[in-house]
Amino acid sequence: MSKRSTGLAVAVALLAGLVARGEAQTPSTHLEAAKKEGKVVWYTSLVLPSAERVAKLFETAYPDIKVEVHRTGSQRILQRVMQELSANIKNVDVIHTSDAGHYVLLKEKKLLAKYTPAGVEGFPAGFKDKDGYYYGLRATVNAIFYNTKAMSAAEAPKTWKDLLDPKWKGKMVTAHPGYSGVIATHVLALVHLYGWDYFKALSQNKLMIVQSANDPSTVVSSGERIVAVNGGDYSAYQLKKKGNPIEIVYPKEGVPLVVSPTAITAFAPHPNAARLFTDFTFTREVQQVMADSEGLYTGHPDVKYPADKPKLNELKLLTVTPEELEKRNEELRKRFVEFFGA
Amino acid sequence: MDRSIAVWVGAALALVVLIALPLGWLAYLSVSGEHGATLGHYREAFADPALQKALWNTVVLAFWTGLVSVAIGAPLAWLTARTDVPARGLIRGLVLASFVTPPFLGAFAWVMLAGPNAGILNTLWRSVTGAEEPLLNIFTMPGLVFVVAIYTFPYVYIMVANTLALIASDLEEAAAILGAGRLAVARTVTLPMVLPALASGFILAVLQALALFGSPAILALPAGFHTVTTQIWSLFQFPPKVEQAAAFSIPLLLATALLLQVQKRLLGRRGYAAVGGKGGQRRTIPLGPWRWPALAACLLVMSAAIFLPYGVLAKGAFVRAWAQPLSRDNLTLGNFAFTFFEYGSTRAAIVNTLELAVLTACVGAAMVALLSYVTNRRLVVGHQLVAFLVLAPVVVPGVVLAVGLFIAYTRPPFVLYGTLWILFLAYLTKEMPVGYAQADATFRAIPADLEDAGRVLGAGRLRILREITAPLAKSGIIAAWCFIFIGVIRELSASILLFTPSTKVMSVVIFDLKEEGQFGAISVLGLVMLALTFATVALVQAALGRDVLGARR
Repeated sequence: MSKRSTGLAVAVALLAGLVARGEAQTPSTHLEAAKKEGKVVWYTSLVLPSAERVAKLFETAYPDIKVEVHRTGSQRILQRVMQELSANIKNVDVIHTSDAGHYVLLKEKKLLAKYTPAGVEGFPAGFKDKDGYYYGLRATVNAIFYNTKAMSAAEAPKTWKDLLDPKWKGKMVTAHPGYSGVIATHVLALVHLYGWDYFKALSQNKLMIVQSANDPSTVVSSGERIVAVNGGDYSAYQLKKKGNPIEIVYPKEGVPLVVSPTAITAFAPHPNAARLFTDFTFTREVQQVMADSEGLYTGHPDVKYPADKPKLNELKLLTVTPEELEKRNEELRKRFVEFFGA
Repeated sequence: MDRSIAVWVGAALALVVLIALPLGWLAYLSVSGEHGATLGHYREAFADPALQKALWNTVVLAFWTGLVSVAIGAPLAWLTARTDVPARGLIRGLVLASFVTPPFLGAFAWVMLAGPNAGILNTLWRSVTGAEEPLLNIFTMPGLVFVVAIYTFPYVYIMVANTLALIASDLEEAAAILGAGRLAVARTVTLPMVLPALASGFILAVLQALALFGSPAILALPAGFHTVTTQIWSLFQFPPKVEQAAAFSIPLLLATALLLQVQKRLLGRRGYAAVGGKGGQRRTIPLGPWRWPALAACLLVMSAAIFLPYGVLAKGAFVRAWAQPLSRDNLTLGNFAFTFFEYGSTRAAIVNTLELAVLTACVGAAMVALLSYVTNRRLVVGHQLVAFLVLAPVVVPGVVLAVGLFIAYTRPPFVLYGTLWILFLAYLTKEMPVGYAQADATFRAIPADLEDAGRVLGAGRLRILREITAPLAKSGIIAAWCFIFIGVIRELSASILLFTPSTKVMSVVIFDLKEEGQFGAISVLGLVMLALTFATVALVQAALGRDVLGARR
């Protein structure tokens, strides 16, 4: 613990220096106004320790501005935002979830502010809204995880179809599309590939159901179940790095890519701090931290990835459009509950 | 007369804000359609097979919880009240500990203990027996019933133990002298006398199980089934179906009201003169060779409710990976550092929780003190009605109350959603009956003759209140304060629908962390919550000068 936190402190110090220098070169127009606002409220579905780390980095670079982190699942975030608005509460500045469909909906309802973060010019098209309201902050892919104490690499399932084998009955875990945007994207991508029959067959294997896309990897690490049928690969990568008995399989049929957008709300109580924070999260330095310590993919062209993780261009990616995700959100949840029970 | 009016206006106002408005909106929304009144929401809710299943699951859960609670609570009560089983004080203390343990913490701990594969007990079982199958699978209906019952049986225990303490042994001895064997005495004399208490304990346990949200959310959802409370909660997901949630809440409300009515009848019918009297001896039954096995049985129950869960929470707080053995590599203080210094929500949530608990306890204790004084001394016309109204919220399960409050206070004239006030209202309403019962018992125990004596000697009512009644009632009111306080810090079922990110409380943070699988931080916060609870319990014991269980008859 002490070694890790010293390492982190050094990283923070270095990064703060870098950012501070960057800032001196291109003075942010938001800075003064942002300092007056004093804080930014961030609803995020980024896994909790990672979200807190990004917030710490920002607060170190800008000591006058606090980040209020509220981390929960993508669907819960949308529920929160809409519930608050129904009571005329305007609390959130920056919304970051893994369900791109949310942004189609929010944009339609005119709840997003148009803002292009500094430095996103070089990002691939899949990370950018054509109307300029939201941008992909990070990406992850869904993969299969297995517990290395329970099986060898040869015994582990290799494909999504392998998971239908009855020998895995009672041994697998899934996260929930009604909670997680990563999983909603996953379910839709596999419905494209194999139809709903796939999930009907999968449910015969009596899966344990958890909520967050970050939880299947913890369940597999603990050994409570030995195979995860979905989940963001970054959460498993982090656990593996910490020495947990978990390994990641990227099925060759393709892996559902989840680009998680971020946007500033049209009603943001701290709009300048929101812009400053958004710019900050898109800097190469922060994007590099996401790739290094968190195991995420990003749209930033200059980011280097850890050697022990496959590059995005080495994987066959399954993609879905935000528009379809938005349209079929309810269907995804309903059918999933129908097959899996809760 | 003018005094009556002030009290009435105050009580009526409080009642409107706390009960009438939320429940009125609830009922209204459940039948309101786009074109006038409709039963469409009910039809939709009850025709949905998923919701039907949830309803059935709740019935099964509540019924079995009631039975198991009786099976555990009644023998324990008899053992501690009537026999010479060793360490009776300790057992009573442990029952109390189970009574105040937040059930969702227990459920969470049992995930670590009896998850079918990684659960510590199952790992142990496999390594000892070489078996493939787990000993226990907590993610099942029987698992859920078990975990709910080990924190619900104290309701049965309290009812039965307090009744047994009042029954004199004469009747039993008379029967014995007339030639009845031990079993015959138990069957024909003791059992009929405690039967109302048993039945009423059963109903209280059923009611607890009906209203519970946290345990089913932690144990039933991973197994793929819903109960009514988790179903109502999930109807709030976007796009929210508040009308359906309202329609689905009404049966829960009616069932609770009905069961409480039955319970009242049962207790009201307790026309056995023998139970009410204080006279007579209560002789201790010697267990002989069964003393130690009986103690062992008690401790077995207690290890399920207290020792094992507390132990595993402590382990979870101090290790990196809870499923791995306690080795030097695994030990860490990182969970504490993360919970208190890195995770931004923790401190705000602890502050919110304490603020709400203190505020609710102060306002609540003042209200119940005033109201129970008024009703006990019959100071106003219709004091029975006041007593009835103060106790009324007991029929409203937390989730249902929350749905009502959410509907009522997200729209003008009172937009309270997003502030701590809506949580305050929920807590005050929910805890009022508990506080009132305590305060009422206190004033009942203070004979009016002392006040009359003061009167005769020429003191005014206020002076009497200050110099005679208040000092005598003080400890009872402090106890009421503490009961409310404990109730608030563990509250989850209403909070889960009423919080916003800026008004999170500890229970909600724990639930959030659960959804993400952050075991270390949950264990740390769980320990904090337990520490707060037990510190408060210690305060009650000191105030009352005796243990808490007897006070909640």
